[in-house]
Amino acid sequence: MLWLACPRCGRRPIDEFTFGGERREVPDWITDPDERDFDEVWVFENPDGVTTERWFHSFGCRRWLTVRRDTSTDTVVEVLA
Amino acid sequence: MNEYVETLPEIRWHEPGSSYDVVIVGGGGHGLSTAYYLATRHGITNVAVLEADYIASGNTGRNTTIIRANYGIPEAIRFYQHSLELYQGLEAETGAAILHQTKGIFWVAHTEMAMRTERARCQMNTACGAKTFMVSPAELKELVPQVDLTGGGRYPVMGASHHVEAATARHDRVAWAYAAGATARGVHVVQHTPVTGLLRDGERVVGVETPRGPIAAGVVLSAVGGRVTRMAAHAGVRLPVRTHPLHAFVTNDYAQGFGPIFASTELSCYVSQTERGQMLIGAEFDSQPSYSRQSSFAALRGYSYKITRLLPFLRDLRILRSWAGICDISADYSPIMSATDVDGFLVTTGWGTWGFKAIPAGGEGMAELIATGRPPALIAPFSLDRFRRDHVLADQGSAGTR
Repeated sequence: MLWLACPRCGRRPIDEFTFGGERREVPDWITDPDERDFDEVWVFENPDGVTTERWFHSFGCRRWLTVRRDTSTDTVVEVLA
Repeated sequence: MNEYVETLPEIRWHEPGSSYDVVIVGGGGHGLSTAYYLATRHGITNVAVLEADYIASGNTGRNTTIIRANYGIPEAIRFYQHSLELYQGLEAETGAAILHQTKGIFWVAHTEMAMRTERARCQMNTACGAKTFMVSPAELKELVPQVDLTGGGRYPVMGASHHVEAATARHDRVAWAYAAGATARGVHVVQHTPVTGLLRDGERVVGVETPRGPIAAGVVLSAVGGRVTRMAAHAGVRLPVRTHPLHAFVTNDYAQGFGPIFASTELSCYVSQTERGQMLIGAEFDSQPSYSRQSSFAALRGYSYKITRLLPFLRDLRILRSWAGICDISADYSPIMSATDVDGFLVTTGWGTWGFKAIPAGGEGMAELIATGRPPALIAPFSLDRFRRDHVLADQGSAGTR
């Protein structure tokens, strides 16, 4: 099971957190404004590797965390504040 | 020899050639059924199906084998109902035993709101051809004597919708039936051959790269499950898809027998009995995307807690095996069967947790799209450009997994 080291609450089981989605930037090579809007709304990078994402500590301090997680193994690499 | 071995279909294996009219990436149910229908319905047999591992080694061999059509939007109901009917005739058509059994599925409701949803579902499903009726708690108890109508005191059963034609089939045998039918007509099914890249001629996709050499193709279809984002990226196609693990497990034999498929959409769990007597249990996919196929104790604990409230007899059984598959969940929870902006590159993806039931109709539709260049009416709504046209097919509530 995944555990997240919340900077406020300490190491807590993943059940206490709500997944908030990948944090991503629309790639620079997409220049058309409509295409950028479309990409932002619909596309997921969905990487097989380390990704940066948001988690909400629903059953804890009720603050958002930024987490780097390796999706190929489903392990947490780093919790950023 | 036993009946199981005696009824195995015969698949002819091939070495990969250097050029095909159609190359299908992914030897799961959808890739193999597309190849089968290309050969049988359209006479296109210069086709290769390339599988990175062995056929049905991905989600085709990992799902909970439920075939049903009780979806929430007309486009989906019609499509899945057609697939359900193709499944009913598949043993007769292919001559292969897929152990198809019509069982009926009960979706129980625990709140007034869920009851309203199920009543609406019955109306819409029946109107679109998928027979579904409401049953009262008393009727449910008669049909499924093992159910605890109080839901362990926590999830009282207020009623259920009964989708009578729902069925199960042996999943790997479905893949083998299509592989046997396709290879008998000259299609090449090549195992242990991952596709590592796509060959491009300008914008157009003209083949695939493999560790065994490049293979030219008139058309490339990605029927990849799990790593479709990377496959599409080779063609420069960006997809509204995330990949989540879904866990399932089986118990030891339940000798008393359990006839129907039983599910709660509010609790997100579903259970049926396999032909070997094991109770097969699945639930929701993990909220966070991942490509890991490691099943977790947390998932087993969560599923067990929920399903034993409704079916207390499961407490006396032991968990025999657990596993996980990785599901491509599209942004609107409906599949994507489509040509793309890139010439020569098509996708059938977004099969999330509803891919197995769609294998026949998905393959039939994609075969027609490849053969004629136009999507048949049943799959046309599921095109990739629906996200651009604001015609999304939001159907999250019908997945039964979230």
